[in-house]
Amino acid sequence: MKQNLIKQNLITIKNLKKSFGGINALDNCSLEIKKNKITAIIGPNGSGKSTLFHAISHLISADSGEIYLDENEISPNMPDYWIASLGIARTFQDARLFRNLTIQDHLEIALSQNDDSLLKSLFGKKENFDEKIKEILHLVGLNKPLNTLATDLSYGQRKLLDLAAAIAKPHSIMLLDEPVAGVNPVLRNEIKHILKELHKKGETIVIIEHDMNFIMDLVDYIYVFDYGAVIAEGIPKEIQDNKKVLEAYLGD
Amino acid sequence: MIEQYIMSVFIYVCIYIILTLSLNISLGYTGLINLGHIALFGIGAYSSTLLMMNLDLPFIISFLSAGIITSLFGLLLVFATKKLKGDYFALATLGFSFVIYSLLLNLVGLTRGPLGIPGIPKPSFFGITLTTTFSYLLFAIFITALCVFIIYKIVHSPFGRLLQATRDDEIGLRVLGKNTNLLKYKSMMISAFFAAIAGSLFAHYITFIDPTSFVLHEVILLLTMVIVGGIASFKGSIIAPFIIILIPELLRFLSIPSAILGPMRQIIYAFILLLILYYKPRGLFGRVDLA
Repeated sequence: MKQNLIKQNLITIKNLKKSFGGINALDNCSLEIKKNKITAIIGPNGSGKSTLFHAISHLISADSGEIYLDENEISPNMPDYWIASLGIARTFQDARLFRNLTIQDHLEIALSQNDDSLLKSLFGKKENFDEKIKEILHLVGLNKPLNTLATDLSYGQRKLLDLAAAIAKPHSIMLLDEPVAGVNPVLRNEIKHILKELHKKGETIVIIEHDMNFIMDLVDYIYVFDYGAVIAEGIPKEIQDNKKVLEAYLGD
Repeated sequence: MIEQYIMSVFIYVCIYIILTLSLNISLGYTGLINLGHIALFGIGAYSSTLLMMNLDLPFIISFLSAGIITSLFGLLLVFATKKLKGDYFALATLGFSFVIYSLLLNLVGLTRGPLGIPGIPKPSFFGITLTTTFSYLLFAIFITALCVFIIYKIVHSPFGRLLQATRDDEIGLRVLGKNTNLLKYKSMMISAFFAAIAGSLFAHYITFIDPTSFVLHEVILLLTMVIVGGIASFKGSIIAPFIIILIPELLRFLSIPSAILGPMRQIIYAFILLLILYYKPRGLFGRVDLA
């Protein structure tokens, strides 16, 4: 029975703990991310949402607890780039782009699997990603020339490129850290539309978001964080009426 | 006589083109603030010399082996400092250049220490020995062209692009599944390999090396070239050595006493550097924007 449960989950997290000098950023946090669903993680500032993403992608190491990808436990000692190559794509609150590289460079780096080999890179067959790049940029609606440098993009375009790179990177799950934070209302709706398209394609997505209204008609399941622990979970409708959630957001 | 002098100046230009380009691989393209490059140049010069003189290896073998030995030193340097970032890495590499200098000075049994190694043989292959300055110039131009071509291919390949991505945002690259540590190791090894080629070209040309050729102010000269040409600028790395070497050479024709000439060169380097930093902070051909 327990095994079956894990099978439907892409990521299962059990009792994850992380403290920064006495403050518990993650406090016995347990949750399950279902395949082909969009799961939202909401909660006030400093409730440990981003820390959870960093712990999953091993940018920080958790103090204790277990993380399973499919049915396999991820060893705590696995380096971060390895986690990424297991199929976890992610974005950051502040898009992490390569400022002196172009849009095309970003997507080719994300798509290519063997550009880190000098010999293959020099003598191997040139990989052609043109079609894929076109398709992904069309999906995210970033219509700037391919040779535009990342440093010349606006804030919103940077967010889109970051998202495009995460989509391009071979993955089985995407962790999106506040994809619409600081974005204007028009682009906000466009990003919502992109996420819905990805959902239709069967992607598994976890999204961190502050704004309840943004996720209500978008996601399948919600976890609410406060002080590093899950204080509520359920489908959007249940969460909307949950007293504990309102308290965490609005105070007593 | 004047032809000899001019040819010799251009041989130096060739050596510095290779050095500047190779430093730009680690410093400019990969963003490793590498102040130990001159030590790698020295290791290359000494390895090639010692392999040829002590082990009687043919020139070509010594020349290439020097590259391989030096790239292992480059690997050692970047592996030992893999936890260090930015300024701390820069300090460690500076320390590396002092360590290598001390070793060259004190391993008297191997390097003859401060006495230096005289009588380094000129390159010879297929029964031809490059005894004249002109033949050496041709050889230097050939090797430089080859290095320029190979480095061009490397930095403009998908691999070279990853090096630039490592410089711009390491974490951003790691979450795309790329092992940035490995990229840094490879970058440093390639950089060291070409530094050694330049070192070998230098040693077999002047036929005498001692540790003073590989000291701190040589690093400054090299960094000046990279900055004047532009960080991660391929064209700049080729043109800057011409400017930095040729302009001070013009002073020789002004019949200035040599006691003044030396300090005068330093003043000119500083002046060029200040002008560039004031008017073109990214260098003559640089477009890279370091955060």
